[in-house]
Amino acid sequence: MSVLIEVEGLGKTFHDTSARLGPRRPPVRAVDGVSFQVMRGEVLAVVGESGCGKSTLGRLLLHLIEPSEGRVVIDGQDMSTMGAAARRQMRRQVQMVFQDPFGSLSPRRSIADIVAEPLDAFGLSGSRRARRETVADLLRMVGLPAAYMDRKPRQFSGGQRQRIGIARAISVDPSFIVADEPVSALDVSIQAQIINLMQDLQREKGFAYLFIAHDLAVVRHIADRVAVMYLGRIVEIGGKDQVYGAPHHPYTEALLSAAPEARPGRRSGRIVLQGDVPSPSRVPSGCAFRTRCPLATELCARETPPLVEVEPGRLAACHFASAFPITRRRNAA
Amino acid sequence: MTDTSGLLDPELDAMAEREAIAPAPTMWQTVRHEVFHRPATRIALAVVVIFVLVAAFAPWIAPYDPLQQSFLAINQTPNAAHWLGTDQFGRDVLSRLIHGSRNSLIFGLLSPVFAAVIGTTLGVSAGYFGGVVDRVVSRVIDMLMAFPELLLAILVAAALGGSFWNIVIVLTVAFTPGFARVARASTLAVKQEPYVEAAMAAGVRTPVIIARHVVPNILAPIVVLMTLWSASSIRIEATLSFLGIGTQPPNPSWGNIIRDGLNNMFATQWPILSGGLAITVVVLSISLIGDAVRDVLDPEAG
Repeated sequence: MSVLIEVEGLGKTFHDTSARLGPRRPPVRAVDGVSFQVMRGEVLAVVGESGCGKSTLGRLLLHLIEPSEGRVVIDGQDMSTMGAAARRQMRRQVQMVFQDPFGSLSPRRSIADIVAEPLDAFGLSGSRRARRETVADLLRMVGLPAAYMDRKPRQFSGGQRQRIGIARAISVDPSFIVADEPVSALDVSIQAQIINLMQDLQREKGFAYLFIAHDLAVVRHIADRVAVMYLGRIVEIGGKDQVYGAPHHPYTEALLSAAPEARPGRRSGRIVLQGDVPSPSRVPSGCAFRTRCPLATELCARETPPLVEVEPGRLAACHFASAFPITRRRNAA
Repeated sequence: MTDTSGLLDPELDAMAEREAIAPAPTMWQTVRHEVFHRPATRIALAVVVIFVLVAAFAPWIAPYDPLQQSFLAINQTPNAAHWLGTDQFGRDVLSRLIHGSRNSLIFGLLSPVFAAVIGTTLGVSAGYFGGVVDRVVSRVIDMLMAFPELLLAILVAAALGGSFWNIVIVLTVAFTPGFARVARASTLAVKQEPYVEAAMAAGVRTPVIIARHVVPNILAPIVVLMTLWSASSIRIEATLSFLGIGTQPPNPSWGNIIRDGLNNMFATQWPILSGGLAITVVVLSISLIGDAVRDVLDPEAG
């Protein structure tokens, strides 16, 4: 497997640029020094609470938002040094599925126009007839009748709209798709269908996903690797089974313990985090998680724990990464 | 709100699947269906078309020369020879109305259309690109808005003289800020829509995004504004004519006919009545068409 996406030290700080009078709001550090790789055909899931910067990260990868620092290398080409025209060509390789199935489809355009939009943008749609054939194929691929193509988005349900959004993303045969919480706006009963569809398409076409989610159960099904984010930083990243089986960061541990367990009595003890996520405009010194961490010491306030390899292919940013897992330890005690 | 019945019906879905892929409905079919299913709109459209035809063929339709005075026939009430009577100089009111429609309609349609095109361009650029473009455009708009359009018209007329095209330019300049304001505000709102971001992510070029996603979605308020201004512009032309800057007497325009008739109101009311009625009917028709167009442009209402 070759490296498809390489992210190095990616960061984004939002500044208050409003023209109003009075003091400016402090800058918001949405993403801070994020580095990772995505292999060809791999599914990397990014999880974290709302406001942890995971959606910003997805947009930075596509350069929909200009990064403050760091770089994104897609297929050996550095996005940040590219001109606007080259960057647009790059978008053929990198498509996106959005969270909001209602807002992300223009209410004015027909399904055919929406699905063919990336094709049209790159002049790949061919003749009027060829375009309709292509759209029909794409719609069938995502499980919608081809005859729906002249309808408007308002005639579809949330799940159907998300299928349309997926058809749009795969229309140009990209090698990488950023899926920004693609199922979190859907009914639970529909979520599984969409996840399965996305997985089937991924296996069939072999593209890679950056799959952003706040639901660990969803991620567990589709991901190859998992990155856990907290306040703009990656606190742990590794293979799905590694991270889920034995977390090496107290935040991951807490997230996992908060996920509902299907088999009652199996749970070994829930870690309830105290307080709220601190504001990303006032990130705590040292380890950002220390204000809510059950293991925090004076060291954590002083020094930011680096993201270091704790096992092959497995990185965690905690001074006590080796002392894990906590739950098991606590139960033993 | 939306009709979702049938979407979950497997039989219907199966039918839809078997159905051959029909060709896309053409633009014209959609427009015809959306615009013409209401009788009021059809009538309004017919009225505007008739007025335009009358204006175009005025010399052949008008029964008399609109400038020809007759001392023998002043202040007549409607009769077989003069269907709408005559004014204080014995000129045929109907003929003056028919010839006057040329000036009034051109003023009423031209300036708002020009202003809409220029104002929307400025407003969309300011709203979409933001930054320096936005600051410059917004300040210019604020400055222009400080002047009432009539004052602006008088200023320009004083500087350039009161020719036909000068008046069109003046009214265009006067109306532009309103369109720019509305376009800018709507663009700011539309730009936040996820489908605009989706288009960017899909790799669509910026001009195409603006043409395909921004402009169609801000067109509804622009069209309504255009119909409102077309009424104002007929009215302002009348005022300018009165001040000696608009259509010069003895040439007729609807505003002019009313102004002339006002001085002579107690001798005959027919010039005022007919001029006023003509303006009312045209403005009402334009507004009705504007409403219909707005409804077509509003995707949720269709």
